[in-house]
Amino acid sequence: MRDIHKTYHLGEVDLPVLKGVSLNMVRGELLALMGASGSGKSTLMNILGCLDHPTSGEYWLDGQEISRLTRGEQARLRNRMIGFVFQNFNLLPRTTALENVLMPLPYARDYLSEHQMKQRAADLLQKVGLADRIDHQSSQLSGGEQQRVAIARSLVNHPQVLLADEPTGNLDSRTSEEILQMFQQLNAEGITIVLVTHDPGVAQHAGRIIHIKDGLINSGTSRSGPGCDA
Amino acid sequence: MKSYRTLKTALGALRRNVMRAVLTTLGIVIGVAAVITMMEIGNGASIAIQRTMASMGANTLVIVPGAANTSGVNYGAGSMMTLTPQDADAVDKECPAVGSVAPIVRARTQVVYGNRNWVPTYIYGTTPSFLEVRDWTDPEEGEAFTEHEVRNLSKVCMIGQTIANELFGGQSPVGKEVRIRNVAFRVIGLLRKKGANMMGMDQDDILLAPWTTIKYRVVASSLSSANQSSTTSASSSEVNTLNQIYPNLQQNLYPVASDTELADAPKPIRFTTVDQILVAARSADRVPFAIQQITALLRERHHLGAASPNDFNIRDMTEITKAMSSTAELMTKLLLTVAMISLIVGGVGIMNIMLVSVTERTREIGLRMAVGAEPNDILRQFLTEAVVLCLLGGTMGIILGRCSSYVVNTVLHWPTAASMGAIVASFIVSASVGVIFGFYPAWKASRLDPIEALRYE
Repeated sequence: MRDIHKTYHLGEVDLPVLKGVSLNMVRGELLALMGASGSGKSTLMNILGCLDHPTSGEYWLDGQEISRLTRGEQARLRNRMIGFVFQNFNLLPRTTALENVLMPLPYARDYLSEHQMKQRAADLLQKVGLADRIDHQSSQLSGGEQQRVAIARSLVNHPQVLLADEPTGNLDSRTSEEILQMFQQLNAEGITIVLVTHDPGVAQHAGRIIHIKDGLINSGTSRSGPGCDA
Repeated sequence: MKSYRTLKTALGALRRNVMRAVLTTLGIVIGVAAVITMMEIGNGASIAIQRTMASMGANTLVIVPGAANTSGVNYGAGSMMTLTPQDADAVDKECPAVGSVAPIVRARTQVVYGNRNWVPTYIYGTTPSFLEVRDWTDPEEGEAFTEHEVRNLSKVCMIGQTIANELFGGQSPVGKEVRIRNVAFRVIGLLRKKGANMMGMDQDDILLAPWTTIKYRVVASSLSSANQSSTTSASSSEVNTLNQIYPNLQQNLYPVASDTELADAPKPIRFTTVDQILVAARSADRVPFAIQQITALLRERHHLGAASPNDFNIRDMTEITKAMSSTAELMTKLLLTVAMISLIVGGVGIMNIMLVSVTERTREIGLRMAVGAEPNDILRQFLTEAVVLCLLGGTMGIILGRCSSYVVNTVLHWPTAASMGAIVASFIVSASVGVIFGFYPAWKASRLDPIEALRYE
């Protein structure tokens, strides 16, 4: 992934949530977005995930200006480039782990065979350590296991960016640790990861932490790698 | 997304909530089942009506001889004796649209039993198939005369209710003997009551006997006075042509002239003729074909050149046929209306549940969009779900409808008739109901904002 540069203004009469945010993100980075609720971090996340259009500003992803894409083009981009991990896992109810992981595949237009699809999903489940839970329904899995299924699902189309919105918000500290380690491992494999959180303990795992306050980037601290600009 | 994957996704989504899917389809199931049952009962009723109409004679044709014409004097319909029993046989054998055929020899004379007498409206000499043509089989008492009795000139007859009342009062006529022109006929059957025909003529005032008996034993002696205008004399008793029809019959009614006698006194060959031929087409709508075939056949048999007019006339029951077809048409329209209403109700049910389903699965829709489903994919998925539901419902409805019409038939003894058209139509209609009523919810789902949808609780 090349550098993202984005500016976002919601400077109208109604609520300006992001008041001009610029952010550079480097391929292979593990980035934490921190901020109190209402600070605009979720909005920023939605724009990063191509779920929303910025009111103004530019968003370059992989050398492509994508803030003005149509809904269909956005959807294809999400499918190809971006994986999502949610706070509440968002697994399909009454569906097995394998089917949950398979779910995004048909929307990709690379027309794998049934067998290839199943193979890929099973491999990913093995990677997240759930090889023995393939046929369990989502309600039969613990929170940590559910989140791991969700991670496997987000990886199934080989995305370049993983957006995790409070991935540990519903988990106890031990499973949180496991999940975060998994993120670090994935990051080491070259996937860019954005962690959205309000927990400093979680943010500590990131290579770079960006604080958002009142729609502006407050400060960026870096433990390693390149610095940031606000 | 490939369509079979869409189908798979839709099926998966339905499987996750089997109970609701079943309940949703119930609307369509009941709708289609109602349509099928209605159509089958209606069809049965319509066929029963047609059968009733047919018994009134909607599918019957009457072939009468043409009008004789000598030196400018026309003797009116039926005055030319051109129809033979052989014609009747040929019509029966060679016209595929014809069901049964009965030659008729008419007489009008007194019938006597004991000290009572009566002149029936109809004295018909005919064959047993007359009863088939007039849909009058299974007599109330006794039995019909047979082909064998026709061949043997047996002096047996069947009588209608009116004659039975006039001659026998309350007594059973079967086994008694009545005299027609001093020929004693044994009554072997009593016909069922049929009432008046459309012209108000009493159809029960009838006496049926083998046509050979009437022809040779009754009419032969009276014909010259009864029908003096006949140009070709019908007093054909001098030529016994029975051997032509029934070659096995050895019995000779009259002394046969030797070859020498015939050579000395040549006589014009006369055919045995009948007064009319009653024909039943296989069904009322095949009457026109029957007319065509009979016309062609009889023209050929009578050696009529292309220029000469028919020496016979064929009459059909246009009035009854018209009444019948308009009844059938009305029936079909009525059923169609009922069918439409019940399917629309079912469709609204589907739409309702699909809307609930879209609301309930907002999160799922948001998720699918987040992982890259285009609005079109979502639209197609929900549309497919609706169509699958409707088709399943349609199939179940067809089965249920067939079963219930079977039950109606066996338990209530209502006439039903399977209708392939109804099955195909309700399958197509239930699929289109799925598309029409599934579209709005599916469209609504595809318009959802993924962010809102993901946040929806």
